[in-house]
Amino acid sequence: MEIRVQEDPFDLGAEANAFAARQTGMGAVVTFTGIVRDIEGGLDMMEIEHYPGMTEKAIAGIAGEALDRWSLGDVLVIHRHGKLAAEDLIMMVATSAPHRVDAFQAAEFLMDYLKSRAPFWKKEVAGGSEGWVAAKDEDEDALSRW
Amino acid sequence: MDVLYFAWVRERIGHPKDTVDSTASTVRELVEELRGREERYAVAFADLDALRVAVDQELTDFDAPLAGAREVAFFPPMTGG
Repeated sequence: MEIRVQEDPFDLGAEANAFAARQTGMGAVVTFTGIVRDIEGGLDMMEIEHYPGMTEKAIAGIAGEALDRWSLGDVLVIHRHGKLAAEDLIMMVATSAPHRVDAFQAAEFLMDYLKSRAPFWKKEVAGGSEGWVAAKDEDEDALSRW
Repeated sequence: MDVLYFAWVRERIGHPKDTVDSTASTVRELVEELRGREERYAVAFADLDALRVAVDQELTDFDAPLAGAREVAFFPPMTGG
């Protein structure tokens, strides 16, 4: 598995291509990308705080569980922190598997857990005010399906 | 031990970290000690349902023991992804 927590932007196409190129014997690669959604009136900035040290461990734990539960080749998670603008890429996951069902399910599992079990916090800055994005009940509920 | 705060917990308390000498045996007892420090701590820790806690970088609950703990962190529910 590869886990990267970084302030810098990443190139989705280059990452997806490199991930696919280093797989052997895999019939499927699934990627998911999270993008900063603009809001009504315009988002000035999204600031993502995280817990250095715990973040990497928590993501590695989630990725390790995915590798245990599905027949996968590999898992890649990239998650940014710091200041982002609307339309910027926040994060991506990639999974590879011999068959697509495992790759899709593992990617969904990773996303559900990254949302509410990886220590990131989003703050939106817009129109001169700022506010922390509240966690949604449905994000917590989504974990129960696994 | 080091006590860390993130997101609005950090903002309400006004700094990201305290180093405390604590006799608390559980997270809940540590919260009681912190609440007694100053009003801003009492405000930050007013509603434990709105908070999550990690001991030595592992997510846990407020009844978790603190024996041997080096780092406790308080933060709101996470919003990754």
